[in-house]
Amino acid sequence: MIKKSFIGLVKPRLQYNLIPDQTRDLPVPSKVILLLQEPKNGGHASALKVGDAVKTGQRLSAAPDSDEYVISSVTGTISAMAPHVGTLGQRYTAITIDARSQDEWDDSFNKTPTLDTGLKFFEYAPGSPSFKAFTDPENTIRTIVIAGMDQDLLLTANQCVVQNEAAGIKSGVDALKQMTGADRILIAVPENLVQQANTTGAEVKVVRATYPNSLPHMIMKDVLGQVVSAGDTVEDEGVFFINAEAVAALGTAFETGRLCVTKVVTVAGKDGSTTNVRARIGTPINDVLQACNVSLNDRDRLILGGPMRGSATYSEDLGLEPDTDGIVVQDDVDSAQTTDYPCINCGECIRICPVKIPVNMLVRFLEARLYEDAAAMYDLHCCIECGLCSYVCVSRIPIFQYIKLAKYELSLIEIAEAANE
Amino acid sequence: MSSQKKLVVAHAPYWHDGSKISSKNYNIMIAALPAVLMGISQYGAPALAVIAFAMACAMIWEVVWNLILKKPASVGDGSAAVTGLLLGMLMPATAPWWLIALGTLIAIIVGKQIFGGIGFNPLNPPLLALAMLVISFTGIFDFNESLRHYDLGFVMTYPLADLKAFGPEAISKFGLGDLFMGRQAGAIGSTFGLGLIVGGLYLMLRGYMRWELSLSFLAGVFITALLFNLSDSAKYAGPLFHLLTGYTLIAAFFLVPEDSSSPANFIPMLIFGAMAGMMTVLIRNIGAYVDGVVFAVLLMNLCNPLLDKIRPKAIGKVVENA
Repeated sequence: MIKKSFIGLVKPRLQYNLIPDQTRDLPVPSKVILLLQEPKNGGHASALKVGDAVKTGQRLSAAPDSDEYVISSVTGTISAMAPHVGTLGQRYTAITIDARSQDEWDDSFNKTPTLDTGLKFFEYAPGSPSFKAFTDPENTIRTIVIAGMDQDLLLTANQCVVQNEAAGIKSGVDALKQMTGADRILIAVPENLVQQANTTGAEVKVVRATYPNSLPHMIMKDVLGQVVSAGDTVEDEGVFFINAEAVAALGTAFETGRLCVTKVVTVAGKDGSTTNVRARIGTPINDVLQACNVSLNDRDRLILGGPMRGSATYSEDLGLEPDTDGIVVQDDVDSAQTTDYPCINCGECIRICPVKIPVNMLVRFLEARLYEDAAAMYDLHCCIECGLCSYVCVSRIPIFQYIKLAKYELSLIEIAEAANE
Repeated sequence: MSSQKKLVVAHAPYWHDGSKISSKNYNIMIAALPAVLMGISQYGAPALAVIAFAMACAMIWEVVWNLILKKPASVGDGSAAVTGLLLGMLMPATAPWWLIALGTLIAIIVGKQIFGGIGFNPLNPPLLALAMLVISFTGIFDFNESLRHYDLGFVMTYPLADLKAFGPEAISKFGLGDLFMGRQAGAIGSTFGLGLIVGGLYLMLRGYMRWELSLSFLAGVFITALLFNLSDSAKYAGPLFHLLTGYTLIAAFFLVPEDSSSPANFIPMLIFGAMAGMMTVLIRNIGAYVDGVVFAVLLMNLCNPLLDKIRPKAIGKVVENA
């Protein structure tokens, strides 16, 4: 954890980790756990049942025609299916597959790079690219930005891919062009990866290595010169963000005819040391930690993602998700504790906020649950969710949590209003 | 299933820069030490008694309030101790015990707790208490009167009182060097200019204080006093005299930058400080009071919520009907 420096006049500068560690391949785990999103109409996974044999790369979905699916990362048999609830109440079915060490590849994947293939096979690829953005008739996506730099601190999974798999990204870029018809494909990388990025065929843009410059909204503002309006997504502005890892997965899949079922993940131990490993999607986190010699004790924090934006999970038996770029283990004594102290109006959050939100006023409204006022008067929807306000808060108010809660509550109100109309 | 470990979950971010309210307040106390020690060395045990009693009383009132309202104990955050220390520093060494008990009661209960405690006070608590005391017990805060038994080897009249009563000729006996080094009559902790500046610089460099507020306050005092002085130097004292006397420096580094009662955005901070500095000199030169700092800062405290509405447009904000 980076502490405030003795000379506190300058605001803290959190630097991204820029040196991708060497990647180590993990062996095929004895089982994988894949989270299949429940269909929106609430139907159950009728097409799958315990005891089914699955092949590597096989598309598993609740019903043959449903949009939600997972790609099996191993060959074996389904040994358990259980309901699972995500942090914001999303419902999943956790499918446990007992794996055999020998892979048998499923051959339903065809090598024609069309948007349909993207929708049908790559939503569960590493990096979870959401090709649904291209099907939205209201937005025309003209620009694709490949994130060659990880969004959160400590993590180097995507930088690792840019460094080692530039050729894969190159064919991925070609495939993306054919699939989406986007005019412009950029790759955003830190300074030290420009050389590798130049070989990918995408337009290279350099991102400064200070947090939060690699968040999509910041890249939009600094690199593309387009400011995302409050409450809009980057897709609303006609830009699609995709992780470098996902592009490399596209490239290799169309070259070899086999879907990418592995994922690079940065594992950070309690001492802050990081290692990169390549593991099958769905590998139990416990297996990953053991392979990296990271110990986990009671009262520790197990964070999926990075230290600023990740989410602490309650169990080490969950599987590695396709969008989990990092696993951070934090000791009890190192973890940041929040308090219920009020805001003392010191102004640290205002000075560090990258989008100039008056956080001191915002947090007062959020504490009083005046979410609509907070959005109308104090720029709640401008927040790009970097978490820096919580990081510097002297009162240790969980500001970021308040903001996420407010946005969630407002989204519920919106859904309810839409249903009433 | 492997053996389940009990993990602690929480919301992001999982890092924190380690700052705390208590360490902030302890650092303010450390920064105030040079000026306080100077006061104690000049006025001896009575000054020490005033400071110690003020801090103790302030903390006791805070504890009593928390007990009465059954609120969690907040005395550990150091905020009450800082309030007591600052109020003690603003008092003459001869302040009687009941005055200190009353002053800290006003500062903690009326100034802070009835608004909801730390972070909610619209006015600076020590200054609010001081203003009430100055109005109620004028004699004790007449430094010429209250320090008449002291002879510390320098001119023992209160510089601002001399200026008010006799005009700028009367203050030629005060050397600027003497004033800077604390060789002047006044409140315990507000006379030692060098100590206050060192303490203020410490707070600025450590990031515990908003430098914009301090510097704009000093600039406001300096420029306004300079303009008065240029217009009629026979009637108005020079800007350096105003900077080094009365409560100017302690206000600049310890009272104006109080968190809750001052703005947090850049331009409002500059306006706040400059206006407070300007009001100070206006009250000193034109108004009825000898030292204008107390009322100038309190007046600007009232403007704070309005001032803080001047803020940069958030990036991405959509202005409707524009």
